[in-house]
Amino acid sequence: MDWLNAIVQGTLLGGLYALFAAGLSLIFGVMRLVNIAHGDLIVLAAYLGLTVTSALGIHPLASLLLVVPAMALIGYGLQRGILNRTLGGDLLPPLLVTFGLSVILQNGLLEIYSADPQKMNAGLLETASVLVGGISLGILPLAMFAIAVAVIAGLQWMFYHTALGRAFRATSDNQAIAQLMGLNRAHVFGLAMALSLAVTGIAGVFLGIRTSFDPSMGGARLIFGFEAVIIGGLGNLWGTLAGGVVLGIAQAIGAQINPGWQLLAGHIAFLVLLAVRPKGLFPRMDG
Amino acid sequence: MSPILRLDQVSKAFGAIKVADSLSYELAAGEALGVIGPNGAGKTSMFNLITGTMAADSGRLFLGSEDITTLSAPRRCRSGIARSFQVPQPFGGMTVFENALVAATQGADMALGEAEEHCLDILEQTQLMAKANVPAGKLTLLERKRLELTRALCARPRVLLLDEIAGGLTEAECGALVETIQSVHASGMAIIWIEHVVHALLSVVERLIVIDFGRKIADGEPRAIMTSSQVQEIYLGIGANA
Repeated sequence: MDWLNAIVQGTLLGGLYALFAAGLSLIFGVMRLVNIAHGDLIVLAAYLGLTVTSALGIHPLASLLLVVPAMALIGYGLQRGILNRTLGGDLLPPLLVTFGLSVILQNGLLEIYSADPQKMNAGLLETASVLVGGISLGILPLAMFAIAVAVIAGLQWMFYHTALGRAFRATSDNQAIAQLMGLNRAHVFGLAMALSLAVTGIAGVFLGIRTSFDPSMGGARLIFGFEAVIIGGLGNLWGTLAGGVVLGIAQAIGAQINPGWQLLAGHIAFLVLLAVRPKGLFPRMDG
Repeated sequence: MSPILRLDQVSKAFGAIKVADSLSYELAAGEALGVIGPNGAGKTSMFNLITGTMAADSGRLFLGSEDITTLSAPRRCRSGIARSFQVPQPFGGMTVFENALVAATQGADMALGEAEEHCLDILEQTQLMAKANVPAGKLTLLERKRLELTRALCARPRVLLLDEIAGGLTEAECGALVETIQSVHASGMAIIWIEHVVHALLSVVERLIVIDFGRKIADGEPRAIMTSSQVQEIYLGIGANA
């Protein structure tokens, strides 16, 4: 029963990892930008959630209503103001600039909020649970997983059934031609980053409710996000969800064996999958 | 009648190489203009200058009465300039219909319902209806050329630029494509067509210009141009004293 419990809890944790990864995957898919600052942006969203929650005295989940649009705005501004200037040809400039951004974000958060771990309090919701077949399922992790699935489904639908999604896919496919079809690349990229950081906003607030956080924890979230994307297969959002779940389960099983093995087990699962299926579990079908 | 497109002393150089050298001409509404010239003469560069992929060093471009010289490529597409590419460049992961939709919704600013109808009309005209739901990456060369044409037309251009659209096709395929282009032109579309397959070109265009070293060296009635000694010498490489 303990093992089954570990698998179930790991699956629910995987939803959060999928949210970390979805924004990363979206940006890489649309503009081939590897955003090294992604983890720190997740932490930034958590702190924004904390600030909004304590300033307005509202429930952490309600803070999403402000954090998500704020992150989207930050994303659009960041892309138009800085990142668009680094794109084109060489892979190195965007890597260096987002790395620099990561350093600035970490130190900025350290300056403002100090290094003390913080946590958002979701009240009774945190301990509420239902008993299903002898396994206790927390309402909060269940809700987070459901929202993660809904976000992935929404992104997937957007990509294949809306004008914006087609604009993303066309730009991703061939930027030069997309320009000649009337698409303003700078604007399309701005919208993609806005969407990515909106998802990151949700991920950050969930992170801040689930665990305590401090300004230095972005790097590890970035790695979890990368691992989920690679395990699932690049360019496939449902694959990213599966990747997050695989990572979550591996960590939960590792923790079940020995509490110190939680992170190691996740990384080992990632390396094994990379060795066995270098393209991930569900690589994108090239049509 | 005022011209639909006007180039006024447009010049562009890369170092010592002039790809456009005081290039001036006008295109009348509904006119089909052919462009010939040796490889490297600056024909495709001329299209890049018109579409805004490349900025002119000097000179001005007008679409109707609008000065488009400083507009970005996406803005020029929205204003009414669309082109096809010599080497077809479809959005390979998207279906033929989605390729068309991008052009109609983004390039012509149509709402989705209107765009869908417009795209279906164009697909009918370009004979790609049967392939509408096929990923563009799976098309044959002729179908890719047709898709280039389709996508350009879906952006509802006022001027259609065709870059060697007949190149690489078999005789029969070329004939079929020419028929489609004739029907597009017959519907009143102004066209500038760069082509090495001269007989295909001559079956559509009313006027021909010859470009060499970025300069316009001849402009007029196609058959007169083709038989002029200047063109035979420069374009076909037949020396006057050979």
